[in-house]
Amino acid sequence: MAHTDRLSAVSAPDVAALAAGTAIFGTGGGGAVYTSQVLAEEALLAHGPVPLVTVDDLGPDDLVILMSGIGAPTVGIEMLSSRHQIDLLVREAEAVAGRPITTLMAAEIGGSNGVAPVGWAARLGLKLLDADAMGRAFPNAAMVSMNVAGVPCDFSVLSDVVGNVSVIKTVDLHWLERHARALTVASGSICLGVHYPLTADTARGAVVEGTVSAAVRVGHALLSSSDPVAAVAAELGGSILLTGKVVDLDRRTEGGFARGSVTVAGTGTDAGRLQRLELQNENLVVLEDGEVLVSVPDNVTIIDAETGHAITTEMLRYGQRVSVLAWACDPIWRTPRGLELAGPRAFGYDLPYIPFGGPTR
Amino acid sequence: MSAMRDLSLGVDVGGTNTDAVVIDGTGRVLAATKQATTDDVTGGIRAGIVAVLAALGEDRSRVSRVMLGTTHATNAIVARRQLDRVAAIRLGAPAATEYPPLLGWPRGLAELVLAGSAMVGGGHMVDGTPIAPLDRDGIRRFLDGLGAFDAVAVTGIFSPSSPEQELAVADLIREHLGPDARVFLSQDIGPTGLLERENATILNAALYSVARSVTEALVTVVAEEGLDAVTFFAQNDGTLMSLDYAAQYPVLTIGSGPANSIRGAAALSGADNAIIIDVGGTTSDLGVVVNGFPRESTLPREIGGVRTNFRMPDVLSLGIGGGTTVDPATGTAGPGSVGYRIATEALLFGGDTPTLTDAAALAGASIDGRTLGDLPPHLRTALRTALAQARVRLADAVERLSLGRADIPLVVVGGGGFLVPDDLPGAGPVVRPAHGDVANAVGAAISLAGGRADQISRLDDREAAIAQASEAAVAKAIQAGADPLQVTVVDILETPVTYTETPTIKVSVKAAGPLARLGERTRARVA
Repeated sequence: MAHTDRLSAVSAPDVAALAAGTAIFGTGGGGAVYTSQVLAEEALLAHGPVPLVTVDDLGPDDLVILMSGIGAPTVGIEMLSSRHQIDLLVREAEAVAGRPITTLMAAEIGGSNGVAPVGWAARLGLKLLDADAMGRAFPNAAMVSMNVAGVPCDFSVLSDVVGNVSVIKTVDLHWLERHARALTVASGSICLGVHYPLTADTARGAVVEGTVSAAVRVGHALLSSSDPVAAVAAELGGSILLTGKVVDLDRRTEGGFARGSVTVAGTGTDAGRLQRLELQNENLVVLEDGEVLVSVPDNVTIIDAETGHAITTEMLRYGQRVSVLAWACDPIWRTPRGLELAGPRAFGYDLPYIPFGGPTR
Repeated sequence: MSAMRDLSLGVDVGGTNTDAVVIDGTGRVLAATKQATTDDVTGGIRAGIVAVLAALGEDRSRVSRVMLGTTHATNAIVARRQLDRVAAIRLGAPAATEYPPLLGWPRGLAELVLAGSAMVGGGHMVDGTPIAPLDRDGIRRFLDGLGAFDAVAVTGIFSPSSPEQELAVADLIREHLGPDARVFLSQDIGPTGLLERENATILNAALYSVARSVTEALVTVVAEEGLDAVTFFAQNDGTLMSLDYAAQYPVLTIGSGPANSIRGAAALSGADNAIIIDVGGTTSDLGVVVNGFPRESTLPREIGGVRTNFRMPDVLSLGIGGGTTVDPATGTAGPGSVGYRIATEALLFGGDTPTLTDAAALAGASIDGRTLGDLPPHLRTALRTALAQARVRLADAVERLSLGRADIPLVVVGGGGFLVPDDLPGAGPVVRPAHGDVANAVGAAISLAGGRADQISRLDDREAAIAQASEAAVAKAIQAGADPLQVTVVDILETPVTYTETPTIKVSVKAAGPLARLGERTRARVA
C-alpha cells in the first residue's frame, strides 16, 4: 500500500468511500456493494460510529469472529437477508464458544462482504477489526490468511433467510467449503455465516491488517479525484495495465463458479494492444501477447475508464470502456503456503507465479 | 383505408421544446415543427400538432397514429410534483426484512410518496420453493390500518421467475378494496434485483396521475383536432406502448427522450447500425443503435435520487455544445455554456462571449448565413485551439462507442452539429440527415411495440428457458400493441447463476415488432 494511515472508527459519511473501495478490492467478485452500503449507512446513522481496532488493541477477553455472506450474487440481489439472521448467528456462536463475541472481522474486504460487517457491528454493538482474511476477494473459504498461518477454524455457523441455523465442525477448510456450499444450496443459494473465532494471540500474523482503512482511502481517492483512475492506482501503489474496451466476453458456469474470459482492446495511446483476463468469479490472470502480466494471488480489477468504479464479473458487458488495474497482494500470499492455497496452480493454471510489481514491501 | 391512412404523427415533449413531425409509411418527413413546452403540457402538444396538421392540409385525414415521447414523468419525480401516495407490500418475509421498502430514498420524496409499507410472508426462492406461506390476513390487516392512499405496489421475491403469487395478491387486494383498486405488480416493471425493482414499482404507482395528465392531454388534443387516430407512448427501449399501457406503466417511459433521439436519428439516416451524436447547446449526447435499437446501459440508474434497474439507453454525455464558452486567454473550451442565450451572447450573433459556435464559424462553417466580424489575433488563436480540443474529445468519444469498427456511420443531429467535422478521426462516414433537429419526434413516430421477459432455469433447460422467456416477451409485445404476425425476438441476454445445485442461468429476452394495423389490434393475455 502506498499509504498506511489508520482510521479509529467508521462513521456514516465514510461508507460511500468504503463501498467504492471494497468494490475495487473485489477483483471482479465480491458481489454488488450497493445494498450493503445503504444498510450500513442506515445502521451507522442509527447506532453511531463503529470503533475500528487493530490486532494490538485486542485484550485477553476479546473474541473476534468473521461474519460474511455466502452464495450467488445474482440471488443475493433478490433474496436479501432477514433482520434476525445476524442475531441468530452471534447468539449461536457465543453458545458454542462459551464466551461473548466482542469484535467482528470481514472475511474478505472485496465487495459487499467488506461493507456489510460495518453495519452488522453497529447493530450488534460490536467493535470491528481493521483487517480481513484475504486483502481482496477469493472464491473459496479455504483461501484465507488464517489457513496460510496454520490457524484452524474451530467452528462455523450458517443461518438462512427463513431462520434455519446450522453449526458446522469439519476436519478442515475444504470440508467446510463443501458443507457450507451444500447447506447454502439447500437454503436457496444464499446464507449468512460466522466462522473462525480468533483471539488476540491467534489473530496476530494470521489476518491481513489495515484493509478497512485502506478500502476507505481508496474509495476517497476514487470519489474525490478529477482523475479517479490514476488516483486509485496511486493509492494502491498499483498500475493501469491497459485502457480500452471490452471486445469479447465468454462466461459460463462450471462447478458453481462463473468461469470464462474477457478480452480488452486498447484505445487511445493503448490502441493496437489486446489483453485477455481469465475469470473464475474473480479476475485471475492477465495475458498479453502470450505473456502473463499478472496472476493470482496478485490483484486485478477491471474499472470504468471514466469513473474509476470497479466492474464486477457479472456486470461486464461487450463494449464497456474500461481500465485494467493491477496491484500487489499482501505478502502473506507470496509465502509458499500462500501460493499453494491461492497461486495460479490452485486455480488450475499451469503457470509459475511471477510477483507483480517486483518483490513485496 | 390502406394508402389513405398511412401517416404517423410523432410528438416529443421535452423540458424546453415540444416537437412534432408527420412521417409516411416509408419514413419520409412530411411536416415538422418545434414549439415551446407549456406548464400544462397540453398547450405545447396542441401547438405542435396543430402546426404539423396545418402543414399537411387535406392530407391530415391520412394520419392514423399519434405517438408521444416525454420526459414528463422524470421531471415530476425530480420536482416532486403531482405524485400519488402508495401503499407498498413486499411478499417474502422473513427474507429481506433487513432491507425495508424505500431504503435509501431521499427523505422528502419517501414521505411524499409512501402511505405505508408492509413486509409479509410469501415470495419464492430462486428454484421456486416458497419462502413462507402467503400471509393473506397480513395483507388485509395492513391495508385496513392505512390512512388515505391512491395505489398499491406489490413486490414479491423472485416474482420475475415465479409470477403467480403477485397475481393472486392483486386479486386479493381487489376483492378487499374493490374492483377499481389500483394495483401495480413488480413483475410487470423490471427484472430480478429486489430493491431496484420494488423502487421502480413504487415510483410507477406514484406516477399514475402524472401519466394520466399527459395521456389525457394527448387524447384531448387528438379529439379537438378530430383526428381518427390511435395514440401511443414511447418507452425507454425505443418501443411503443398503447396509451392504456402507458397509463398503467408510466415509469417505463422515463428514458424515452434519449431512446427516441437515437432511433429517430438512425432512421433519418437510413442506418440500422450507427453511432448517433446529438450536439445541443450545452452537451453532446452520444448513443449507439444496434439492429435498429438503442444499446442499453447495464448500470443501475437513479431517478430523482431513487435507485432503479430500468432498461435505459446507454448514453455518453460530453460537455461540448454550440454554446460552450471559450476562454479567450487559454483557448480552453467549457465547461461553461451560454445555453439558449447563444442567439444573443455569441460573437457570431453580435454578443461578446466567444463560444464553440464562433470557433466553428471561424473555421469556415456556415451558420445561419452569418459571418464573423474582425477578431483580434489572440482570440482567433484561442478559438482555433478550442475547436481542435473539442474535436479531439468528440473523436475519442466516438472511437470508444464504435467498438473498433470504423465502418459504422456517424449520424450527426442537433443544432450544434457543425462542431463535428466530416473527417472526424476514427469515425465512419458522417451522415447529417435532414430534419435532424426533430429526431426525437421522428423516433417516437417510428417506434415499434416491444416487451421483455426474464427466466431463471437450469443450464440443461437453457433452450426451453429461452423459448419460455421468448414466448412471454412476445406476449408482452403484443399486449403493448405489436402485430402478432410480425413480432420477433430482438435480444437475448444470458447470465450464469452460481451457488446452485445444478448449473443455472438467467435469460432475459426482448421481443418487438411493428404496430398492428388499425382494426386488427389483438388483445393477448400473458400466459
